[in-house]
Amino acid sequence: MASNTQEAAHGGGSAMPQLDFSTFGNQIFWLVVALVVIYLILSRVALPRIAAVLAERQGTITNDLAAAEDLKAKAVEAENAYNKALADARAETQRIAAETRAEIQAGLDEAIAKADEQIAAKAAESEKAIAEIKAGALESVKAVATDTAEALVVALGGSADKDAIAKAVAERTKG
Amino acid sequence: MGKIFFFAALALVVVSGLIFAPAEAKLAIHPMDQFQVSALFGDHISWYTPTNVTLWMALAVAAVFALLVLGSSRRAIVPGRAQSVAELAYGFIYKMVEDVAGKDGVKFFPYIMTLFMFIVMANFLGLIPGSFTTTSHIAVTAVLAALVFVTVTVVGFVKNGVGFLGLFWVSSAPLALRPILAIIELISYFVRPVSHSIRLAGNVMAGHAVLKVFAGFAAALGMFSFLPIFAITAVYALEVLVAFIQAYVFTILTCVYLKDALHPSH
Amino acid sequence: MEGDIAQLGQFVGAGLAAIGSGAAAIGVGHVAGNFLAGALRNPSAAAGQTATLFIGIAFAEALGIFSFLVALLLMFAV
Repeated sequence: MASNTQEAAHGGGSAMPQLDFSTFGNQIFWLVVALVVIYLILSRVALPRIAAVLAERQGTITNDLAAAEDLKAKAVEAENAYNKALADARAETQRIAAETRAEIQAGLDEAIAKADEQIAAKAAESEKAIAEIKAGALESVKAVATDTAEALVVALGGSADKDAIAKAVAERTKG
Repeated sequence: MGKIFFFAALALVVVSGLIFAPAEAKLAIHPMDQFQVSALFGDHISWYTPTNVTLWMALAVAAVFALLVLGSSRRAIVPGRAQSVAELAYGFIYKMVEDVAGKDGVKFFPYIMTLFMFIVMANFLGLIPGSFTTTSHIAVTAVLAALVFVTVTVVGFVKNGVGFLGLFWVSSAPLALRPILAIIELISYFVRPVSHSIRLAGNVMAGHAVLKVFAGFAAALGMFSFLPIFAITAVYALEVLVAFIQAYVFTILTCVYLKDALHPSH
Repeated sequence: MEGDIAQLGQFVGAGLAAIGSGAAAIGVGHVAGNFLAGALRNPSAAAGQTATLFIGIAFAEALGIFSFLVALLLMFAV
């Protein structure tokens, strides 16, 4: 009766094919085949392969991260070395500068000392010369004074006693 | 460019609706015809006959093979498109099994992955116009659900022995209530495969039937057929979503049942 | 005549069964809405609960599908 109403309602039996039990065996058979095939494909080939790829990628990422960490440490090390070298260079520069300054100072001092010495020597020489000249001049003055005194005495009509004159001149020029 | 094609197609649809409008518009909708199982060669169907079920299941297997085996065949560290999808599916299901069923559920991962890949591929292939949807048949989903049910029950008893029955004995409830709860739990346990299978088949069947009904409207409405065609487009988009979500739901419920079997205490 | 009444009963019954789909829609909306409300209050916990959301939706929807199935059976199989 049901199928009659069906056909009346829809003009050509279109009952639910899902409830057509005659096809169940067929569907179940092919479903089981399909599931077994998929299971074999997945468990034998696909899943191990994908798992391997994922693990490999994880390993690569881990390695890369470790390498990056290493490189970073190296970079820090290099920076420290650079800074140290810079500080060393700076200290060296200062040392050299100080040394040079000291050297220059020493040279300068030496030169100054030498110059002083020379100046002193020159001054002593000059003094000596001056003293000589002075002595010479005094001698000359004495001679000239004696001569002049003698001449004056003679001119005044006295007889010049040489010794007396010399004594008198010496006495006068002393003071 | 796409817009031009879109409007051209729209105009074509409207014009063809005008020209090929049925002389007498009659509402002849056979939404269930698309689920008909038919032999590929000949008429008789016995259990081994190659039918359209065979064809579309074979295509689903081929799709799984293409995605997971051919897609990952390059084993690239930086994956291409197919390999990305394959790895995404792998990671998605693996994480689901691990999160829901626990660490000791992981050894059932290939089994659950098989179910998921088959259902999702069958659902998506069923959305190709003119195709046959194997998962819309109660027979198919009932076998899938029965497999899960049997597996879960066997695993539960093997792992926990009689302790598996503790699943039905709610020790946190008052003692007087426990027998009643035990009966309810028992019924709900045996209803599981029923709802598990009918949910999938019903969703897929309903979506496809709705599409077919709208298609019947489109055939009957003549120049106004574009209205149901828009509706079909919208429903089709929903069906694409449903195709994935039902596969997901089937899989995650499998994981939940598996968790019950592995850790039956409430 | 008798067949017509039976057919009438089938169609009316199918229509009544289809109400169940609407009820399932209410149920699904309830689940999703409550999930969203909870997720907006505590977004950090939401991501871990999407699986629960889908399980809840699936259970709510299954009963709607049952009513749909009843409708189909009345229409095509009885």
